Amino acid sequence: MTFVNDFPWLTVLALIPLVGSFVVVLLPKSMPQLAKQVALAISLLVLALTIVIALRFDGSSELPFQFIEYHEWIPAFGITYSLGIDGIGLVLIALSAILVPLTIVAGWNDVEEPNSESVGSVKGYFALILALETLMIGVFAATDVFLFYVCFEAMLIPVYFMIGRYGGPNRSYAAMKFLIYSLLGGLFMLASMIGLFVVSGQITGVGTFNWFQLVGLDIDPTTQKLLFLGFFFAFAIKAPLWPFHTWLPDAASAAKPGTAVLLIGVLDKVGTFGMIRYCLPIFPAASEFYAPLIIGMALVGIFYGAFVALGQNDMKRLFAYSSMSHFGFIVLGIFVFTTIGISGSVVYMVAHGLSTAAIFLTAGFLMQRRRGSSLISDYSGVNKPAPVLAGFFLFAALSSLALPGLVSFIGEFMVLLGTFQRYMWVGGIATLGIVITAAYVLRVYQKSMTGSVSEGLASIKDLGKREISVLVPIAALTIFLGLYPAPVLNVVNPAVETVMSIIGQTDPPPTVGLTSTSSEGTQP
Amino acid sequence: MIAVVLATDATPWVMPSIEYRLLAPILIVLGAGVISVLIEAFLPRSVRRPIQLTLVFTALIAALIAIISLHDDRAVVGQGALVVDGPGLIMQGTIVVIAILGALLMAERGLDPSGDAFAPRASALPGSEDERQFTARGYFQTEIWAFFLFAVGGMLMFPVSNDLLMMFVALEVMSLPLYLLAGMARRRRLLSQEAALKYFVLGAFSSAFFLYGSALLYGFSGSISFPVIAEKLAANPGQSALVLIAMALVAAGLLFKIGAVPFHQWTPDVYQGAPTPLTGFMAAAVKIAAFGALLRLFYVALGGMRWDWIPVMWVIAALTMVVGSVIALTQSDIKRMLAYSSIAQAGFILLGVIAASPEGLAGAIFYLISYSFTTIGAFAIIMLVRDDTGEATHLSKWAGLGRKSPFVASIFALFMLSLAGIPLTSGFIGKFSVFTAAIEAGNTWLVIVAVVASLIAAFFYLRVVVLMFFTEPTEETATVAVPSVFTTIALAAGATVTVLLGIVPQPLLELIIHAGVFVR
Repeated sequence: MTFVNDFPWLTVLALIPLVGSFVVVLLPKSMPQLAKQVALAISLLVLALTIVIALRFDGSSELPFQFIEYHEWIPAFGITYSLGIDGIGLVLIALSAILVPLTIVAGWNDVEEPNSESVGSVKGYFALILALETLMIGVFAATDVFLFYVCFEAMLIPVYFMIGRYGGPNRSYAAMKFLIYSLLGGLFMLASMIGLFVVSGQITGVGTFNWFQLVGLDIDPTTQKLLFLGFFFAFAIKAPLWPFHTWLPDAASAAKPGTAVLLIGVLDKVGTFGMIRYCLPIFPAASEFYAPLIIGMALVGIFYGAFVALGQNDMKRLFAYSSMSHFGFIVLGIFVFTTIGISGSVVYMVAHGLSTAAIFLTAGFLMQRRRGSSLISDYSGVNKPAPVLAGFFLFAALSSLALPGLVSFIGEFMVLLGTFQRYMWVGGIATLGIVITAAYVLRVYQKSMTGSVSEGLASIKDLGKREISVLVPIAALTIFLGLYPAPVLNVVNPAVETVMSIIGQTDPPPTVGLTSTSSEGTQP
Repeated sequence: MIAVVLATDATPWVMPSIEYRLLAPILIVLGAGVISVLIEAFLPRSVRRPIQLTLVFTALIAALIAIISLHDDRAVVGQGALVVDGPGLIMQGTIVVIAILGALLMAERGLDPSGDAFAPRASALPGSEDERQFTARGYFQTEIWAFFLFAVGGMLMFPVSNDLLMMFVALEVMSLPLYLLAGMARRRRLLSQEAALKYFVLGAFSSAFFLYGSALLYGFSGSISFPVIAEKLAANPGQSALVLIAMALVAAGLLFKIGAVPFHQWTPDVYQGAPTPLTGFMAAAVKIAAFGALLRLFYVALGGMRWDWIPVMWVIAALTMVVGSVIALTQSDIKRMLAYSSIAQAGFILLGVIAASPEGLAGAIFYLISYSFTTIGAFAIIMLVRDDTGEATHLSKWAGLGRKSPFVASIFALFMLSLAGIPLTSGFIGKFSVFTAAIEAGNTWLVIVAVVASLIAAFFYLRVVVLMFFTEPTEETATVAVPSVFTTIALAAGATVTVLLGIVPQPLLELIIHAGVFVR
């Protein structure tokens, strides 16, 4: 696992947006257009480099982690600057690299120079997006728990400003709530992390934060159970898992659509990513101990989110609750401990990132046409004046309810399959959640897009070129991966198998038909 | 020196030998203080300021060089009254650097149209015709520099005192000039004088506690020297009520200076009333000096009694963190808010003290250094944010400052984030190191309390950020004055250290670990 590259790919990848962020900040205030163009160029550069990294990533390699970098950082506390990505990290970095340029283009005209309603400058918004991208790459690439934590917490600051300075009417409250919730989780994780450092010192003689060294530790189960809680609490707030979700609807509805996409599409994935990367391998015994409880929370989340979404009259809040329901599925897939379940969760994360982007951006475009109102009751019959917009809205809705042929279906199907393998009845209950999803998603489509055109909507313009150019790549990727998920599965599966072997879990043998008791996960 | 007299009662008088080289940092600063008084006495008013400033900065830089040159020396000096050791030198070095920054802030004259932050004549009654005359004639007090130098000299002695009497003398040399300086604010003089009186009366109380405790400890051990007290305690392990009472009294005296609950009541009034540059200096430097003394007392003299003092300090630390954070939530004046913040921060530093380990000592020292630079920077910014009546310390006047002066507001936000302990700032590494020491020492529950207190604290620090960046400027919003080079340097130093220690803390951590533990 100490395959050291000559070229620090990941560091460079993370530094580009950071440098870009400073460049954008230093641009003169009078040139907001230039700031946007520079930001877009930088984010495209990051995307290009990510593609290069993805192509160089060896999916068939024996080494689960590649592009490894390792330097001492704070030796006094056994802290290293060490980076490396496995298939899961790669997929999530790619997701971030794709979504950032899209949100930049989508938010091109969202921010205006400070006026009576907004307090932040144009260049500031785009600089914050780029700074956030650096930290998103860092969080997925870190292989040192301390480094991960630093990125995990530092990420809050740009988002805090993005919501608080550029959001809607409720922005100050929402930003503060988001920050306090996240800090609460983060501080408990800090205590746990220090505990882990101390425990590692007791076991090996030298305390460490390096993931590779922590994974092999044989921590006694009682300690594991305590330390696990700190980490899990932080991730459950971030994800957000029921009942730690209440910050999300406020944050999502106060934020700009672009901010909401990055917040729910990428940032919240850090929670579920953290469960796979940190909770499971470092605390296997505790993960097994708490699994029934967590599965229960995930199930409640699936239904609670879906039912509350059913009753929402505010589009942004509706999609926030729907995300919460989806996160229930993702967490469920992780804690059933089957290869197919965890792989499915990772695919679901990608799918959810894409469908969140599609739905929030389309809804954002729509709301812009009606001075930002997000009430469903304000919209009716949009498909007549703006058929293209309505079409994309339908597509996003279908992607959200996991229509076969779209990537979200692959993720949801794999998660349910993995769940059935382990707990038949849990899988059965979770499947019911899909039905409610269909109900609220189609309800919002039907109410807002079909029927008679409501007052003031008759003259709205259909999507412009810029807006279409944002939605087409998302749609194309959703369909492509839905029909051909191999590029994602090929890199994710080996990583998941590594996780499974670290936590010492094997897939249950198939219950029907086959006589083979092979422990290999079924490959879709 | 008194120690010598007491300890060598029966033997014939011998001339005590003084290690001038090892005592150079303290002697330089106190010597400069004496010269400063002479300057006040004999030189005409017109030339005093430039000469005083030259003297102050020369003395402080010379003291810093002397401290650096001593980095490899470990010794007990002054007939056992003082020590030269790694932690002591690091704390002295930090105090001198903070004093330089504090002096830069005190020397600032470009912000207030009528002069610096100090009253033209402290003797003139507030609001009187005299005062108006003095202001109109552009009088300044240059005596402040003599006070300042003596205070710094006391601070340099405080953390390296090796016996109770020296510690008491250092405490007084440090405190008395500060009581006076606290009462000399140019604006809102009544508030300032009230603050000074409170500080003095309560400070005198706490000194009396300390002295009483010292007498009892002397009664128990027959000596005022820390190592001897430690020996006697080790030889008589049975707890006597005398020792416990003595310990409580001595600790109370020191806890007063660091502003720990329940000895904190003076802090908000004094922080608010004192001239802001002095508040910044005091908040940073007194904290280091007093914690240095507390650490030495508890680790060297009372180390053997740790199972008796740890539970008590546990409660005090928890109370300090929680009470400081919770009351800070309700403050509407930025200086009072930072006062309660300094109380909460003292609680976090106490985690390092309670760990009673080399890691705890190192963590506490790192925290003190990071805290002091951030704090003095924050007060430097408070000096800049002004309206017609002087400094605009009411929080409502900070609304929308991010729009009006994004740069200054961003730096203040940086200081707030550091105090809140957000990663990539020095405050985070500081919290991290004391939390680590505390968990290693088995104080997990105290860390949980600290975590909750951190969250509450984060709320009020970030409230200022919300106010500056998320709200619209109003008519009331203050303006940011353009500082002279003095304040700019101090501010830049505070911000640079805050960021640097957050990203590359290793060199300083290495220095602190390399410095080792207290010499006995």
